[in-house]
Amino acid sequence: MRPDEPISIWFFIGISLLFNGVLIFGAGLYQLVHPPAVKVILFDLHAGVWWGGLLSALGLIYCIRYAPPRG
Amino acid sequence: MTIIIAALTGTRLVHLSIVDLVIVVFYFALVLAIGFYLKGRANTGEDFFLAGREMTAWIAGLSFLSANLGALELMGWAAASYQYGILATHWYWIGAIPAMLFLGLVMMPFYYISKTHSVPGYLKLRFGESSRALSAISFAFMTVLMSGINMYAMALVMKVVLGWDINFSIWVSSITVAVYVTLGGLRSAIFNEVLQFILIWAGALLIPILGLIEAGGWKALQLKVAQNASVEYTHLWSTLGSFRDNPMGIHWTGIVFGLGFVISFAYWTTDFLVVQRVLAAKDLRAAKMAPVIGAAFKMFVPFIVILPGLLGLAVLPWKLTGEATAVATGGHSYNEVLPLMLARYCGPGLLGLGVTALIAGFMSGMAGNVSAFSTVWTYDIYAALFRKKASDAHYVSMGRWSTVIGVLISIGTAYLVMQFLSIMDYVQALFSFFVAPLFGTVILGMLWKRASPAGGFWGLLAGTASSIGMWAWVKVDPSALGYVALSSDARDMAENMYRGLWSWIICVVVTVAVSMLTKPKPESELKGLVYGATDIPSEAQVPLYERPAFWAAVVAIVFAVLNIIFW
Repeated sequence: MRPDEPISIWFFIGISLLFNGVLIFGAGLYQLVHPPAVKVILFDLHAGVWWGGLLSALGLIYCIRYAPPRG
Repeated sequence: MTIIIAALTGTRLVHLSIVDLVIVVFYFALVLAIGFYLKGRANTGEDFFLAGREMTAWIAGLSFLSANLGALELMGWAAASYQYGILATHWYWIGAIPAMLFLGLVMMPFYYISKTHSVPGYLKLRFGESSRALSAISFAFMTVLMSGINMYAMALVMKVVLGWDINFSIWVSSITVAVYVTLGGLRSAIFNEVLQFILIWAGALLIPILGLIEAGGWKALQLKVAQNASVEYTHLWSTLGSFRDNPMGIHWTGIVFGLGFVISFAYWTTDFLVVQRVLAAKDLRAAKMAPVIGAAFKMFVPFIVILPGLLGLAVLPWKLTGEATAVATGGHSYNEVLPLMLARYCGPGLLGLGVTALIAGFMSGMAGNVSAFSTVWTYDIYAALFRKKASDAHYVSMGRWSTVIGVLISIGTAYLVMQFLSIMDYVQALFSFFVAPLFGTVILGMLWKRASPAGGFWGLLAGTASSIGMWAWVKVDPSALGYVALSSDARDMAENMYRGLWSWIICVVVTVAVSMLTKPKPESELKGLVYGATDIPSEAQVPLYERPAFWAAVVAIVFAVLNIIFW
């Protein structure tokens, strides 16, 4: 990537997936430790934990792979 | 701030936690940031209206699909699958895939090589100013009206699902879209559409995954749907032998010829809202590949749209009804099936992502509408009819202003619809009048050198007028449905299919007849516009795996297999 090229759309997507993934993962972990009184269906699968983890990992890969050049 | 807090209170289908709200707010911040970042890269007409023609096939292809993947599309077809079963999948498969592949392989070379800015612009080059004016004015007018209707419908959804105030939803979402499209032009719209596409999948994919786990797999789901509705609800083709044998009241001829040929080809190959994304591709091969990539992803959209509707039929403990019954009984309507399934499986965070997916879907559709409107207004109406020789900077400025004005007209339409709900039906019908005949005009223009300027114009006019005529005929005399849709048992969707088919045939017949009686354009003026008069670069030197035709064949095979599996 040349310095004058625009930041890749995939970098923005990486930021979005990473940010959302971390929040969802954190909320899922919190519910794992403090289960709510009213649970969603299939709560025991803890979808927030693995889905949030998956999004975070994907987001991180995209952020690193498509990071804008420094300087 | 008080308005925001007030807007976030009231009755609602789902309740958002702080984490969910942070995810929604972050989404708005990110799309605006992208708009501001791209502001400096939208200084010329080529940049603002065609994203510099430097998009890769992947970005153009995902944007092409995303512009069509609006929130109403997601919620509407999930509702349709609850109501009509898997038949709704036809709108994603036969109603899209063949047309998208045809656009990529057959039509894109002419759009791209002619260097047109728009579909009406192609008509100008091929048939002359009168055809362009007819097509551009109808497109611009209908696009902003449709945008307003979608805006109102989405605000209504946000009120029902989240309890948000209608005014709040309309103004916040439209101002956001106006800001990022005005600043960054088509490039900003495309970047955000790709982001929105990913968010839609990230937010909606968990519903079918968890739903299938709860239902016990596809076979168990089929059994439950058969118990709760009917066995026909999970078959794509086997019930289409008669109008009376399926919940949609449609015959296979309507699906194959009306939807699969005319309506689908008309929308995917001539609606500038989607074609504009592909025109932004960096070269001809990327432009041909983009619709093929879009088609590959389109095949799997039923997984996040149709399957949740079927899952609703199988696992929800209550029956969903039509809107009027739901209002009268305090129950839930078909239209709420997707948010109901979202609330069923998604806890904090996941719910926010799902709601963000719905908002993203709405905004991508609206951005598509306003960016296409801005281009057609600037190049095909303003520059063609009012100010022919202005500087590039002047047209870019006009493009920015028309984006803002387009959004304002859309907002005005949304409020008008709020006062007079019946307008929605009329505008949706009006939109359908122009699409099918336009496909007849464009396809003859691209494939038949003899098609003359007079033939193109009169064919388009006759097709459009006949479509309006048939619609009015059925309105005045409902028994006319038996003639227009071939059966008095046909429902609204079937009527639309057949009306499209007849108006296309009339457009083609009139175009051919008038062309045979009038003078065609000399061949020297058809270069780059018509098959047989255009040098299309050979792909003989390109490896097989990089050829659009190869991947189109792969998509076509998967498409055929899927239809057989769900027969």
